[in-house]
Amino acid sequence: MPDLSTNCAGIRSPNPFWLASAPPANSGAQIQRAFDAGWGGAVWKTLGQPIQNVSSRFGGTTIRGVQAAGFNNIELITDRSLETNFREIYDTKKKYPKHAVVVSLMVETRDEWRDIIKRSIDAGADGLELNFGCPHGMCERGMGSAVGQEPRVNQEITSWAVEYSTVPVLVKLTPNVSDIVPHGLAAKRGGAHGVSLINTIKSIISVDVDNFVLEPRVGSRSTNGGYCGAAVKPIALHMVASLARHKDFGIPISGIGGISNWRDAVEFMLLGSSSVQVCTEVMLRGYRVVGDMIEGLEEYMRTHGFETLDQLIGKAIPSYSEWGDLDLNYETVAKIDAKSCIGCQACVVACMDGAHQCIFPQKPGDEAHVVEGKPRVPWIDESECVGCNLCKIVCPVPGCIDMVAVENGFKPATWNQHVHEGAQLRPKKGAH
Amino acid sequence: MPSRLDAERSEVVFEDYKGAYTPAQAVLEANRCIYCSDAPCVQACPTHIEIPEFIRKISTGNVKGAARTIFEANILGTSCARVCPVEVLCVGDCVYNELGVPPIQIGKLQRYATDAALAGGERFFEAGTESGKRVALIGGGPASLACAHELRRLGHRCTIFEKRAVLGGLNTTGIAPHKLKADTSVEEVDWILGIGGIDVRASVEVGKDVALEALEREHDAVFFGAGLGADTLMGIPGEELAGVEGAVAWIEKMKLGRVATGEVKRCVVVGGGNTAIDVVREARTLGIPEVTMVYRGTEPKMPGYAHEWKAALGQGVRAEWQTLPVAFEGDASGAGVKRVKCLRVDDAKRPIAGSEVTLEADLVLLAIGQSKLGELLASLAGIEIARGVVVTDAAGRTGRKKWFAGGDAKNGGKEVVNAAAEGMAAARAIHAFLAGVGNA
Repeated sequence: MPDLSTNCAGIRSPNPFWLASAPPANSGAQIQRAFDAGWGGAVWKTLGQPIQNVSSRFGGTTIRGVQAAGFNNIELITDRSLETNFREIYDTKKKYPKHAVVVSLMVETRDEWRDIIKRSIDAGADGLELNFGCPHGMCERGMGSAVGQEPRVNQEITSWAVEYSTVPVLVKLTPNVSDIVPHGLAAKRGGAHGVSLINTIKSIISVDVDNFVLEPRVGSRSTNGGYCGAAVKPIALHMVASLARHKDFGIPISGIGGISNWRDAVEFMLLGSSSVQVCTEVMLRGYRVVGDMIEGLEEYMRTHGFETLDQLIGKAIPSYSEWGDLDLNYETVAKIDAKSCIGCQACVVACMDGAHQCIFPQKPGDEAHVVEGKPRVPWIDESECVGCNLCKIVCPVPGCIDMVAVENGFKPATWNQHVHEGAQLRPKKGAH
Repeated sequence: MPSRLDAERSEVVFEDYKGAYTPAQAVLEANRCIYCSDAPCVQACPTHIEIPEFIRKISTGNVKGAARTIFEANILGTSCARVCPVEVLCVGDCVYNELGVPPIQIGKLQRYATDAALAGGERFFEAGTESGKRVALIGGGPASLACAHELRRLGHRCTIFEKRAVLGGLNTTGIAPHKLKADTSVEEVDWILGIGGIDVRASVEVGKDVALEALEREHDAVFFGAGLGADTLMGIPGEELAGVEGAVAWIEKMKLGRVATGEVKRCVVVGGGNTAIDVVREARTLGIPEVTMVYRGTEPKMPGYAHEWKAALGQGVRAEWQTLPVAFEGDASGAGVKRVKCLRVDDAKRPIAGSEVTLEADLVLLAIGQSKLGELLASLAGIEIARGVVVTDAAGRTGRKKWFAGGDAKNGGKEVVNAAAEGMAAARAIHAFLAGVGNA
């Protein structure tokens, strides 16, 4: 039985699945229900001076029928009194001593930080998460991403928190920066025990085209919000990996950003996350999604022979290379499995209009060609195929199109080897 | 025009077999479409509607654009959405069948878009610049309507001669009401005629009220789209008894007027084609307790569509396969048909001696075919008529100058969508012909 027990920067939980600091982690009753459903930890919705929220608050982007593939919000930090929050934290910790309760914080002055940290720890927090990421509303008041975007401020406030805290401190980073690395390093210099990322991305989710108003609409206007959900996962993976592979970083990461299922979670772990945080998928589907996350992760570990999470965390980082170190002589071509092809020819039009014009409805000169009894299996001109993957990406039948490595007789050679050592490159394909 | 239809006609009790989509259902289904390239569904459609394109438009909320795409290819898109045997055309060729998942419900999506357009009073096409040419169209069914609409877009004046009081042909008088009711057909006709410049001379029978020669003389071209004639009879004893009727005639009565079924306990339908299947389902829906289809062939070889027969079975219809009626009998009172005397037949459809079967029946409907109307043109030299249908080339040209044909009168009896395709093709051929005349 794989062991899912998690230790992220000294914060321990029975599994790596934590609720992110967000509406699903707004109250004790919610978090206790989440723990009952199987969540290993929760980062409490950010505490600070309670705010007043607007209505409406959320927006979703629908892509070819998939609702809320991307999601955004203009909700702020907690609007409930600190007393209520601390009482519920105490109560939750008492009932669920083995689960991780991390308290997210956002205040302004040094005194406020000292005070709120003490009260959080007194209430039983297993760790703190400093919200330096919120990209809407709070940053206008000099908090949230206004802090996260300034490495010096980030480092200074982190150092206060670390000074006052007796529990691990995570710094939650904003993705609204050109390079995440200086910000992660600033948190480390401030003494953070780990970082969590990404917070949401500054966004306008959509425009009401009939009324000429941004969404989510607040009367006759709206504002930019924070983008999240499945669509942001690639951005988050890149930022997580950028820190995880940096030689001077080396502190734990709690991965966040579009994690919707166990596979997403594994990807974040393979790129260096020791826990993962989920918000949007829970907002859309409820706490129950964690059941499949746990089971899927366990099965994945069993399949790959991992007994503990340590054995898989960071395992894909070495594959993250610079472009100049990629093997230019590695060659693949697309192959269509005629047996599973349904003849939609989506690959034909994609290759013709969006790639390198090497997939055809029929083999030229052989208009009557029938493969596996099927007249609509496309023909690939492998001499022109650059191995770009587009056909495989648009094919509606998983496994029908495979990218197959071709033995072309050339030794591996990267651009850097070519430039510096004169390594020989194979002739270009599809470059007419 | 709908007000002209009897509000209490028998067909009004029928419910749609395939219901209308709600917006939510339509968008969900539209989003399933793969948007194939050179799509098999388009190839399977006789009018080659750009199906993936209109479905994509539904998915993006461009429902009006979806309707435009449909009507560009087939102005009878509203009725075709309901009456097309999509299972053997577009839907039957959807690539999802290959994947083993339910194919896209193209007919229902087409209905969604076209219904919305008609309900919204949308118009997509205008008459072309007046050419000064005049075209006569014989018959007011789908072939002539498609032809006339396209001719108007090309600028030619049209006159439709229809022997009935209502237009729409079988769409109005013959389609099973669980697919299409007469009022929807008449609405579609009015919408098509809304392009303007199509004169309608209803209740006028060409060859009787108007001479063919006069028609030819007074017009620059003539399109023959008269469809099919009366039900074929069997020519067996007792056919004259009350209660023995042609199926197409009975359906017309049900769709435009009223049929009395209250006293009917047992109905026998003779035939194995799609009209036979339609009429057994209609008889059941109208409350006739026992409905039996009598067909001389076997179930696997019946010409009616398997999916339609399956639905009929679901309505509790029975069948007597390899069975041939040889006489209809009444009782002494002479009140009407009471029995159908039949013989079983072998695989070559030959009667088997001594295999008599008697079926009780107080209504017999003959659905063994309809007469062909090609002979109406027999007096016109140059027009070839083969087994009752008018022979044309692929574009609908007959062997006689000025004369074109399409629809059931030309193809012997196919689907509405074939009539629409042939009417459209003939319009283009007529246009080319008229342009040639103009240049001469």
